[in-house]
Amino acid sequence: MVSEEKETILWEVFIQPKNGLSHRHCGSIHAPDREMAILSARNVYSRRGEGQSIWVVRSIDIVSSDPDEKEETFSSDDKIYRHPTFYDVPDDVGHM
Amino acid sequence: MAKERKEKIASLEAFQEKIDRDEKIEPKDSMPEAYRKTLIRQIGQHAHSEVVGMLPEGNWITRAPTLRRKLSLLAKVQDEAGHGLYLYCAAETLGKSRMEMNQELLSGKAKYSSIFNYPTPTWADIGAIGWLVDGAAIMNQIPLCRCSYGPYARAMIRICKEESFHQRQGYEIMLTLARGTKAQKEMAQRALNRWWWPSVMMFGPSDADSPNTENSVKWKIKRYTNDELRQKFVDAIVPQAEKIGLTVPDKDLKWDKKRNNGQGGYAYGEINWDEFWRVVRGDGPMNNERISAKQKAWNEGSWVRAAAHAHALKKQTALQAAE
Repeated sequence: MVSEEKETILWEVFIQPKNGLSHRHCGSIHAPDREMAILSARNVYSRRGEGQSIWVVRSIDIVSSDPDEKEETFSSDDKIYRHPTFYDVPDDVGHM
Repeated sequence: MAKERKEKIASLEAFQEKIDRDEKIEPKDSMPEAYRKTLIRQIGQHAHSEVVGMLPEGNWITRAPTLRRKLSLLAKVQDEAGHGLYLYCAAETLGKSRMEMNQELLSGKAKYSSIFNYPTPTWADIGAIGWLVDGAAIMNQIPLCRCSYGPYARAMIRICKEESFHQRQGYEIMLTLARGTKAQKEMAQRALNRWWWPSVMMFGPSDADSPNTENSVKWKIKRYTNDELRQKFVDAIVPQAEKIGLTVPDKDLKWDKKRNNGQGGYAYGEINWDEFWRVVRGDGPMNNERISAKQKAWNEGSWVRAAAHAHALKKQTALQAAE
């Protein structure tokens, strides 16, 4: 009944709503090649003019940081001097 | 062994604390196996419901009474295909492939919303589906926009945004029929009679008989219980029906000022749970028909998928030869 078929390639989809904004991840789709990936991405993620440019990238090509090393990779609690509020400036200097 | 157990409890507690701080869970974060399983089941069923939901309405696309109605219905059914795909994609982030989910749907193993196992004999049924079924779905889905699992919540935000037109187009159909000839008004009333109770049942078993609710609420997958959502639905729909001169088919329906913590709400009659479970277990009027239609579409579309793969391979080979 259900034939054994091979799984199509999974692509991540990024849509740019308009010039001046960056492409933003909006989900994924399955397609056998890049042309069909762009076509399907348009049909699935932009039925109401949400975008003017689409990027698709094979999901397996995305390299990501290890979520278990979130603390080590991203912690900057010990570097509070990187934030403007670390520095004392008299109130009457005004906005700086 | 004791150490492993302790670690497991500690990680469960850390997870719960994260949820309690209203932090979202993302695909690669660690999560309890039961959380993953619950989500795969819920998102998968939700995706299947969108996809099967195309069938009762698709049945009326070629017979829509005007071009305007036909365009709306076509767009609505196309949205449902899209919504199914957003949801499969969210479920895939939890490690289950779309192919596997699809096979479970085609083999009849997977569940989907029982509401789609009812027939659509008249055009008014399309109005009733948009108004009541999409109305109930929206009631369910709005709180899911704040679900603790990031990809599911994001898919729901997109779906809710798109779905608000679905309910309005349904209500507009009902309103037009209700203001039409006597026969048209009767057709609208009969469709309301057919869809009312199945729609009220869409929220699932009563809280007392809903084994999954407790964990789902604790993990912020669900924000309201089945009965809370059902009450909201009844309270919203009753005045809408009155407005267009249709009667909700429940003789026990009456205003009860004690409901909703004293703010008032509608008391409604006894739900026929035997019917609910019968349809869930596969014995509804259209269960076999729906699955057969999905199998037919899958089998008859197989050459399209094969051709797309062959084309992709051919182009890839040509590209490699040119390099």
